[in-house]
Amino acid sequence: MSQSEAKATILSRINYALRDQPVAPQTPRAYRRSSSLGHAEVVDMLEDRLVDYKANVYREDASSLPGRIAELLADSVTILPDGLDSSWLPEGLSTVRDHNDDGAPLGARELDALGAVLTSSTVSCAETGTIFLNGAADEGRRALSLVPDHHVCVVPLDTVVELIPEAFERMDHQRPITMISGPSATSDIELERVEGVHGPRRLDVILFG
Amino acid sequence: MTTVDLGMPGTRIAYGSGNLYEETPFPEHARAELKNTQMRANIGHATHTIRGKRARVVGELPDWQDLRDAGSAIKQEVGARLPELLEQFEANVTARGGVVHWARDAAEANRIVTDLVRAKGVEEVIKVKSMATQEIGLNEHLEGQGIKAHETDLAELIVQLGEDKPSHILVPAIHKNRDEIREIFSRRMPGTGKELTNEPAVLAEAARSYLREKFLDTTVAISGANFGIAETGTLTVVESEGNGRMCLTLPKTLITVMGVEKLLPRFSDLEVFTQLLPRSSTGERMNPYTSMWTGVTEGDGPEEFHLILLDNGRSAVLGDPAGRSALHCIRCSACLNVCPVYEHAGGHAYGSTYPGPIGAILSPQLTGVAAEQNNSLPYASSLCGRCYEVCPVKIDIPSILVHLRDEDIRTKHGQRDQAATQQRSTVIEARQAEAEAAGVTPEPAGHPAEAKKKKVPSEMDLLMKAAGTVMSSGTRMGLAERALPLGRGALKPFGGAKWLPGMVGGWTQERDIPVPPNQSFRNWWKNNGENTQQRVAEDLGDTQLAVSAGGEVPASSLAGEIHQHAAWGAEAQAVAKLRAERDQAEGATTKDSPATSTGEREGEQNA
Ligand code: SF4
Repeated sequence: MSQSEAKATILSRINYALRDQPVAPQTPRAYRRSSSLGHAEVVDMLEDRLVDYKANVYREDASSLPGRIAELLADSVTILPDGLDSSWLPEGLSTVRDHNDDGAPLGARELDALGAVLTSSTVSCAETGTIFLNGAADEGRRALSLVPDHHVCVVPLDTVVELIPEAFERMDHQRPITMISGPSATSDIELERVEGVHGPRRLDVILFG
Repeated sequence: MTTVDLGMPGTRIAYGSGNLYEETPFPEHARAELKNTQMRANIGHATHTIRGKRARVVGELPDWQDLRDAGSAIKQEVGARLPELLEQFEANVTARGGVVHWARDAAEANRIVTDLVRAKGVEEVIKVKSMATQEIGLNEHLEGQGIKAHETDLAELIVQLGEDKPSHILVPAIHKNRDEIREIFSRRMPGTGKELTNEPAVLAEAARSYLREKFLDTTVAISGANFGIAETGTLTVVESEGNGRMCLTLPKTLITVMGVEKLLPRFSDLEVFTQLLPRSSTGERMNPYTSMWTGVTEGDGPEEFHLILLDNGRSAVLGDPAGRSALHCIRCSACLNVCPVYEHAGGHAYGSTYPGPIGAILSPQLTGVAAEQNNSLPYASSLCGRCYEVCPVKIDIPSILVHLRDEDIRTKHGQRDQAATQQRSTVIEARQAEAEAAGVTPEPAGHPAEAKKKKVPSEMDLLMKAAGTVMSSGTRMGLAERALPLGRGALKPFGGAKWLPGMVGGWTQERDIPVPPNQSFRNWWKNNGENTQQRVAEDLGDTQLAVSAGGEVPASSLAGEIHQHAAWGAEAQAVAKLRAERDQAEGATTKDSPATSTGEREGEQNA
C-alpha cells in the first residue's frame, strides 16, 4: 500500500534529518498567564476593544436584556440555538429553530434566507476583544453564527477574562471552536479596511450580568 | 523531485518540487519589477502601513519578548520531536474520525487531493487561502484534471481572476490598485454590471455575492492549516473575511493540506501562537476569525475530513542544523514588510510561493542549495537584520542567509560535481569529509576534474578562507562585492573558477559564463537596475573600499533609499564586525559563525 510506504519514507527521512539528535528545549513560559486586573477593568477593556473592531456593544442585566434583544432583532427572522436560555427572549420575537418539520437541521440556503442569529458565548478575552464560541448548546452549530448577516451575541460577564491563556483554559477542544474578533473584514484592496465580507456584517455584543 | 542516495538503504534526502523555483532569475525579474512604479508604490504603501500597525500592537504587550521566546522554544521542540509528534497527531485525528494521508512531494499531494475530489464526483471545489496548496501548484493540477478550484479569499480571488500571481503572503493582491481590481472583476466575474465602481466596499460586496453562491452549493472544500495540535488532533485556520469559516463549515467534505512542520505539541501552545501571529501579521490585536476543529463533529460541519501531511522538502530542511529553524516560520509576513529589498523588488521577483526574507532562506533549502534556479536567493538581502527583529518566532534569517551563501559557495567551489550527486549530503558529513580530506588525503588521481580542483592556487584558498569572515558581516559582504571586479580579473587566468560567482554573483545568475559576473547585488541596486560597466570600473579603482552603508548616494534616488535602509542595520553590522575581529583575535574560526549573536543584534538595535 503506497500510503503506508509514503508515511514510512517521510518518517525515515525525518529521523535521518535528526541524526544530530537535537534536544527539545523546555518552553519558557514567562508570558502573562493570569490577570492582575480587577474584573470591572477587564470588562471595560473588552468593551473598548470590541468597539474598536466596529462591533456594537450594549450592557444589560436580567431585566433589561429581553428589551434590548427585541429592539436589535425587531426587523429580522432570527434563528435560535436549541439550548438558548428562554428567559432572555422577549415576547413577539420572530424566530425559527434549527430544524425542519422532519427534524433535520436547516440547509445552507435556508440559513441564508434568515436575517439574524442570537447566541450565547463560552468565554471572551478582553485584551484582544475576542469572543470564543465552543459548540455549546446555547451557541449552536458553527453555520448558525456564520451564514445570517447579523449576529447578536450575549457575553455573560462571568465569562469575561483578560488574557488569551485564561480563555484557552476554558476551551473544550473536543468541540469546534470559533474565535470572533469583530465583524468580518478585509483589507485586501489597497489596505482599506472594509467591514463585512462573508461572515456576519453586523455584530452586536450584549455584555450581560 | 531530486532524491539523493546516501548509501543507507531507504534513507534519502528529498528536496521539494512545485512552485518553489524561480522561473526568472531574481535580478532579471527584480529589474523588470523595478520599472513597475505602480506596483512599487502599492507595495511601499502596504508594507509601511502594516509595519506601523504591527509596531503599535506589539508595543502594547509587556510580555512580547516572552511570547517570542516561548514560540521559538516550542518550534524547536517540534523539530526535535517531529517523528513522535506526527505519529501522535495522526492517531488523534484518526480517533476523531479524520483520515490521514502522507505525501512525499507535490505530485503525490496533488494526486491524493484529485482522487479524493473525484471520488465525490464533483468538478468544482472551494478553497481557503493556503500557502501549502500554492506551493504544490494544486489549482493548476486540478485544472488539468478538469476540476475547477475557486479561491475564496478576496485577494486570492483577485489574483485568480486576473490570472496573476500572489506577491505578498498576507495581502497577495497588494500589487493591484482599485482600478485594476475593478477592471478584473468587470471582465471576469459573472454578474457584475455598470454599478461596479472602484470603491473597495463595492468591490468587496461584488465578491461577497459572487462567492456566496459557491459557498452555499459546493460540497467539497480544500484548506491549509496554520497549526495542528499533536496532543489532541486539533487543526486551526486563521483568517479575516469569513471565507475560511464558510469553507470549513458548510461543505460535506473537507480536505486539508498541511506541511509536517505546522505541528504544535500541546493544545495550550495555541495561547502563544494566537497572540504572536495576528499582531505580527495584520498588526491587529486579533484577526476577525479563527476556526479550530478536531476530526469530524457530528451535526456540526463536514461529515468527512481528510488531512494530507506534506513533506515536499521539509525533511531536507530539517537535516541542516544551521538552517532548520526556517521551518519555524508561521507565515506572518512581518519580515517581508520590513525588508528594503522586498519593498523595492516586490514579491514576484522571488519566483517561489515564499517571497521576501523567509523565501530567501526557505525556498533554496526546500529545493536544495544546488538547485540553480534558487541559488541567487540567499543574496537577495542586505543583511540589515530587521527581519530577525520582527520575527515572532525569532528565526535568525540573516545568519541563515550567510550560511546558505556559504553553502552555495561550497557547492560551487570545486565540489560541484560531487555536490550534484551528493547535494549537501548533508552539511555535517560534507564538512567532516572536507576537513579530513584537507588534512590527510593524498592528491586525487585519475579524474581530471578532481585533480584540477585540488590545484586551486593557494591564493584562492586564502580568499576562500577570508570569505568566511567577510560573509559574517553585512558590511564586509558589501566590501567583498565591491571588490568583485578585482576577483574577476584575478580569476581569468584559471579558466573561470566557479566558486566566486557563488559568493557574490549568484544574483546575476551568470552560470554559463565561466568567470564571475561583472556586477554585484549592491552595485546593481545602486544603478537602479542598469548594467553599468562604468560604475564597476570606478569601484575597481576604489580599492580602499571605505564604504559606509549610507551617505554616498543621494537619498532622493531609489538607490539612496536602499542605502538608508541598509544604514538602519549599520549598528548591527558594526557589532558583527567587532565580534568577528574579537573572535579572530581569540583565534576562533569565524568561518561558520553567524553574523552576530542574537542577543547582541537585538540589544544594539534597541539601543
Ligand atoms: S520568517 Fe518569521 S517574520 Fe518572516 S514570515 Fe516567517 S514567522 Fe513571519
